[in-house]
Amino acid sequence: MSKLNLDQSLIEKARASASHIAKDIQSFIDQHTTVAVERTVVRLLGIDGVDEFGTPLPNIVVDSIKRNGGLNTGAAFFLGNAMLNTGLSPQEIAEKIAAGELDITKLAIRPEAEVRAKVEEYAKAMVSRIKTNREKRSEYLSTHGEGKQPYLYVIVATGNIYEDVIQAQSAAKQGADIIAVIRTTGQSLLDYVPYGATTEGFGGTYATQENFRIMRKALDEVGEEVGRYIRLCNYCSGLCMPEIAAMGSMERLDVMLNDALYGILFRDINMQRTLVDQFFSRVINGFAGVIINTGEDNYLTTADAVEEAHTVLASQFINEQFALMAGIPEEQMGLGHAFEMDPNLENGFLLELAQAQMAREIFPKAPLKYMPPTKFMTGNVFKGHIQNALFNITSIWTKQGIQLLGMMTEAIHTPFIADRALSIENARYVFNNMRDIGDEIEFKQGGIIQQRAAFVLKKAAELLEEIQSEGLFATLEQGKFGGVKRARTGGKGLDGVVKKDEKYLNPFISLMLENK
Amino acid sequence: MSSGLYSMNKRDFDTTLDPKRVRPYGDTMNDGKVQLSFTLPMKADEIAAEAAKQYAMKMGLEEPSVVHMADLGVGYSFFVVYGSCTHTIDITGIKVSKVESSVMSMHEVDDYIKNNIGRKIVVVGASTGTDAHTVGIDAIMNMKGYAGHYGLERYDMIEAYNLGSQVPNEEFIKKAVELNADALLVSQTVTQKNVHIQNLTNLIELLEAEGLRDRFVVVCGGPRLSHELAKELGYDAGFAGGSYAEDVASFVAQQLTATI
Repeated sequence: MSKLNLDQSLIEKARASASHIAKDIQSFIDQHTTVAVERTVVRLLGIDGVDEFGTPLPNIVVDSIKRNGGLNTGAAFFLGNAMLNTGLSPQEIAEKIAAGELDITKLAIRPEAEVRAKVEEYAKAMVSRIKTNREKRSEYLSTHGEGKQPYLYVIVATGNIYEDVIQAQSAAKQGADIIAVIRTTGQSLLDYVPYGATTEGFGGTYATQENFRIMRKALDEVGEEVGRYIRLCNYCSGLCMPEIAAMGSMERLDVMLNDALYGILFRDINMQRTLVDQFFSRVINGFAGVIINTGEDNYLTTADAVEEAHTVLASQFINEQFALMAGIPEEQMGLGHAFEMDPNLENGFLLELAQAQMAREIFPKAPLKYMPPTKFMTGNVFKGHIQNALFNITSIWTKQGIQLLGMMTEAIHTPFIADRALSIENARYVFNNMRDIGDEIEFKQGGIIQQRAAFVLKKAAELLEEIQSEGLFATLEQGKFGGVKRARTGGKGLDGVVKKDEKYLNPFISLMLENK
Repeated sequence: MSSGLYSMNKRDFDTTLDPKRVRPYGDTMNDGKVQLSFTLPMKADEIAAEAAKQYAMKMGLEEPSVVHMADLGVGYSFFVVYGSCTHTIDITGIKVSKVESSVMSMHEVDDYIKNNIGRKIVVVGASTGTDAHTVGIDAIMNMKGYAGHYGLERYDMIEAYNLGSQVPNEEFIKKAVELNADALLVSQTVTQKNVHIQNLTNLIELLEAEGLRDRFVVVCGGPRLSHELAKELGYDAGFAGGSYAEDVASFVAQQLTATI
């Protein structure tokens, strides 16, 4: 039942526009592949490790194929063909390429059906490993249980994975449900994924498969102790979007930030590159049972929460459609939004409540990701703690899914251990004390809250209609989201995009989409 | 742990304000009351509470009272402590450097530039180094500004370029030369382990190495910066939290006028 009395036909219209927009882009995506997509295929076929200079083998393999003009056929094809020719495993082949002893684009080409069958042997083994991880998560959730929604989501960001483990275990003991390991500054712009356990980072810790493994183990241990499954979150964005998804699926990560629009707008990553990357990463995340988080909340850090609220909603609609196309069920769509009203605004809380409730009603099954105040946080930590309390009230009232806890020291430093404890205490107090308020209180007919939601929905539907007629690429070029303009051929990573040829092979997309 | 009662202690201190011996104020002049919170790497028990108390005494707190102790798990505990600080400060001898410009409104700044410089001035700003936060530079530069204070993009006589976040110092300088900038604004919001100091120092060193330091007015801003620190690092000015576009614009306009 709608508490906001939203116009259902307008919601349907907006959703239909978003579907057109996403389909238009999907036809572009289907024709292209990227270096990151191919490195992901290589990883999923079992290739890992680095050479003596620390260059990851997946980069060496894909760079070698690209250099020899084979990228548009796909790494899977050449690896499959090489396996048939040499009788070696993908890892052994990669090591030979790294040693300069093999060029897999120059081998005799075997019949396509044989190549495909060989590749699928390895692909199916990986798909089954990921499926086992998904089952393991379900098993933990049924034996250990989990925290109630909104899940309490906190970050750790020490730069040292072993220090992160201490902070994460402490947070879990205090009540956190999701631990996100913030990545080191600038990792999103690296065109490779670093290797091994790392202890040096700025503002965060490198996302590496080994670091994923270390943290997963630590959270399983503490989960056992506290009797609650603790979810692990990382960042599947930037130039290695699908590779991170693959690594996460292998190490049983549970939540991934995963949004091309965010990368385009806030990291200046080329839109063609990252939309192609996003599709494959979402196919993997969808299959692995990972909840994706989208980054609409960031729009409001650069644009105004009152004036630009409709851009958040419009983007959520588009992200929903992109996710559906990649096989992500609604239950895994952590669509993002944020509590960024100016605290000096009269009735700002009412507007925020309207927007949060609107997102809830329009995306009823999605575990919405709600971001805390950041823009208007100051050095007045005492006021900041109250701002976070209002944020928590809005969340429990409107049944958000994932509560990214606000820290009272947001404007000062990355969280101290005690900052995190105080935040969790704040959220637990508010959530417990107001648990069912949303079921008890209705909104006044035609009042401030209902009017606000109707207005934002109307503007979002108009914007989506406009994007539908102009196309998403053109819209991004005009700066319609977050007030940031990006060129179709600008930004980082465009040189890694190529058109697929007729022999192109990526066995994982169909295996993952069809093998739920 | 706290009794919550009013203090019935006889006041045995002088309650008149002495500028040479100023102490913090709770509810009585010279009571020295301060509050602090911190975490110790110990599990919460009697020993930890006593450790927190003794630690507070070492910080110069008299009769510290540990009013809150919470176990944070994995061997850490959080404390809130109140006490009377015994230290005093002589405020008659304190000197600080303040930004020496009179703050004008947006229109006054525009008029001032028209009258004294006679052309648009070019201001290039960025959140540099590893800092991914644009909140600060956006508040100063974006059209909309912050808390009702319009940003530099709205000034008629300022051509403002906001380069965004994580701009390497080298690129920042390159862009400034390319745009023929008059002033550079550097924002540092949240940084880890004081990396903002190294980064700010590095910018000045690069400018000096390329003989460009005198070509620009260079200012920095952020919640952990002060004018004094900025001067120390070789900047023309530093703006702490709570500064707005007109503070920065007024300074830049007046500084440029003074150096023309």
